[in-house]
Amino acid sequence: MLSRTADSLYWFSRYVERADYLARMLEAAIRLSSLPIRREDAENEWASALATAGCMDDFTALYDRVSPAKVVRFLAYSKRNPTSIRNCLRIARRNARQVRTALTAEMWDTINSAWLELNKLDFDGMDASAMARFLEWVKEISLRIDGSGYRTMLRNDAYWFARLGIFLERADNTARILDVKYHVLLPENVEVGGGLDYSQWAAILRAVSALTAYHHVYHESLKPLRIADLLLLNAKMPRSLASCYGAICANLDSLAEAYGKQGEAQRLARSMRNRLENVRIEQVFDSGLHEFCETVIADNARLGAVIGEQYLV
Amino acid sequence: MSLDEMNAEDGSVRRPYARVADWLTTVSPEQMERRRVEAELFYRRGGITFAVYGDAQGEERIIPYDIIPRILSTQEWSKLAAGLEQRVKALNAYLRDIYGPQEILKAGIVPPDLVWRNPAFRPEMCGVEAPHGVYIHIGGIDIVRVDADDFYVLEDNARTPSGVSYMLGGREISIRLMPELFRSHRVAPIENYPNELLATLRSVAPRGATGEPTIALLTPGQYNSAFYEHSFLADAMGVELVEGYDLFVRDDVAYMRTTEGPKRVDVIYRRIDDDFIDPLVFRPDSALGVSGLYGAYAAGNVTIANAMGTGAADDKVIYSYVPDFVRFYLGEKPILKNVQTWRCREADDLRYVLDHLAELVVKEVHGSGGYGMLVGPHATKEERTNFAERLKAHPDNYVAQPTLALSTCPTFVSNGVAPRHVDLRPFVLTGANGVRIVPGGLTRVALREGSLVVNSSQGGGTKDTWVIEC
Repeated sequence: MLSRTADSLYWFSRYVERADYLARMLEAAIRLSSLPIRREDAENEWASALATAGCMDDFTALYDRVSPAKVVRFLAYSKRNPTSIRNCLRIARRNARQVRTALTAEMWDTINSAWLELNKLDFDGMDASAMARFLEWVKEISLRIDGSGYRTMLRNDAYWFARLGIFLERADNTARILDVKYHVLLPENVEVGGGLDYSQWAAILRAVSALTAYHHVYHESLKPLRIADLLLLNAKMPRSLASCYGAICANLDSLAEAYGKQGEAQRLARSMRNRLENVRIEQVFDSGLHEFCETVIADNARLGAVIGEQYLV
Repeated sequence: MSLDEMNAEDGSVRRPYARVADWLTTVSPEQMERRRVEAELFYRRGGITFAVYGDAQGEERIIPYDIIPRILSTQEWSKLAAGLEQRVKALNAYLRDIYGPQEILKAGIVPPDLVWRNPAFRPEMCGVEAPHGVYIHIGGIDIVRVDADDFYVLEDNARTPSGVSYMLGGREISIRLMPELFRSHRVAPIENYPNELLATLRSVAPRGATGEPTIALLTPGQYNSAFYEHSFLADAMGVELVEGYDLFVRDDVAYMRTTEGPKRVDVIYRRIDDDFIDPLVFRPDSALGVSGLYGAYAAGNVTIANAMGTGAADDKVIYSYVPDFVRFYLGEKPILKNVQTWRCREADDLRYVLDHLAELVVKEVHGSGGYGMLVGPHATKEERTNFAERLKAHPDNYVAQPTLALSTCPTFVSNGVAPRHVDLRPFVLTGANGVRIVPGGLTRVALREGSLVVNSSQGGGTKDTWVIEC
């Protein structure tokens, strides 16, 4: 397979996953902003939405103050934000078009139709409920692309590169949520304090489709330790780092087997998975949740670069 | 009065169109419109688009598609096919000659300066042997009809002719949207085009290539107007779609960069222009090509289809000599006719052209896409006067032809069905083992009433072309 084809498949998936994540974060922020909280706290909410999306710097370069309308515009559809949802879908479609022969007809149809529809939307004229429908639609698109890929793609290197993109992006996003919100999780052993903190975490867990899962797994009220455990170490939880790294390793192993060759990417991914498997959440808190998340984000970036060097150039 | 391919002058319906004429009486304008919309949706959703350069609005546009098929009988087709094969053989022979022994210059048939001063002539190709002697692997010969008996060649496209995906897309639509009509005609199939193309490309692999030849399609990338076609053909043939960056040359051997390391490439079906193929030899600022690719070709390690320098055979002056090529190289009588052409570089011709500007179409020798030409009968006096000045200043740049009464076909337009002018681009494949042509080709139709310009960049549309027994 051409390196460029693999590269486009990988980024196609990453951008679709990122669009999905941004839609979820925006939904959570909108939900939180409707709670009765102080104005500064509300501003913090929107600022942290920008921080979890990793685009605070881009935002402050354009605007001097954080306001709900600006953040929504910036994250959802601003053309000047290189990773707004709109731009993510545009870049995903561009990558898909680049390699449309490597996608199945169903996947191409989904992303191309989505892009055509996106061009018809009047973003500036959207009210709150239209925005809610838009975010819902974005999540649906990513589900359809994910599902059509799962159902229709040949299980060969094209599929594995596409999957790698999803899980690497997802791992990155999960780590970012925890990194930005960790302060709400401290101290670790009490129940999440107060109605607002509870709402905050409930909204975030709901955003990553994990609220019900939390109750199924732990059968108790929200506790910082448990929340971190669920999102970091619980391999059964599809958005957890452990689960993402399981999938990253599996896909990299499939590539190594097909090509008859292991490389740095496989070794690095395995060592990260092992670390996630062998650590207990209490240790993570002892040595610092923030530090742990920062390490994971840095390692993630390194793994991305190593995959790039090994296969994509 | 031009030939209408459905309605004969005496009011009867020409035989090939018997069933279509019946069918047209049974479908309502609403049904027609619905099919047209469905066809458009098929193109739009499939991303079967093209781009018009210099058009900021339409990054991707679709070519209008007319659902009423254009029909040729097998008798008409077999004559046309024989003529196409003959013509492409002669064009290949000409290129073999001018990049080799140059017999035709010695024989005094073509004036040498037409070869040497032709910007599409590539001196780098002189003395380089084309693998299996083939230069034009894929030729698009534009054909028009002016009467019921003869086919005229309007233009030879020997560089990187495009449009075949529209030919195949149109067929797909016919089968989906008009299943009954299609079935009742027993139309000769064309779906095998990608297979024939693949067989052609495989046949011209370098003789030294061992085992299965590796083939790649080289595209300038997704912003090229024909990118859809490139990706479609690569997919249909099961070969890699590569950009310049994906290839590299080491020790005169071409490789692709793959996830498993370098892989040797034997045949490159390139859809980029000569100028961009190799920055070391042609345009040094080309970012689309591959450094060293010319060297790999000259060393006989990779086949490039079409070969470099084929443009020397398809400009509008050389066109006027092609019937001579048929006689000179093949010793045959040309089957297809040429449109009468005045070469403005010759004094007598120039005088005639200047005297008859109002009746003639004057074209730039190296122009294409319907740009930079004067359509005498449609031009104002002032336009003609200005053009005459240009002609006198640079007569070498121009040829002139009579305005042809192109044939018309029934076409769905806003107020029903009306005749519109058409041409035909069949695709002629030449491999080491012979010539292959799928029956039919791309019919282009000028959708504006009375218009003779069928180019997609200027508002032309396409039709499916059916070759049927009748």
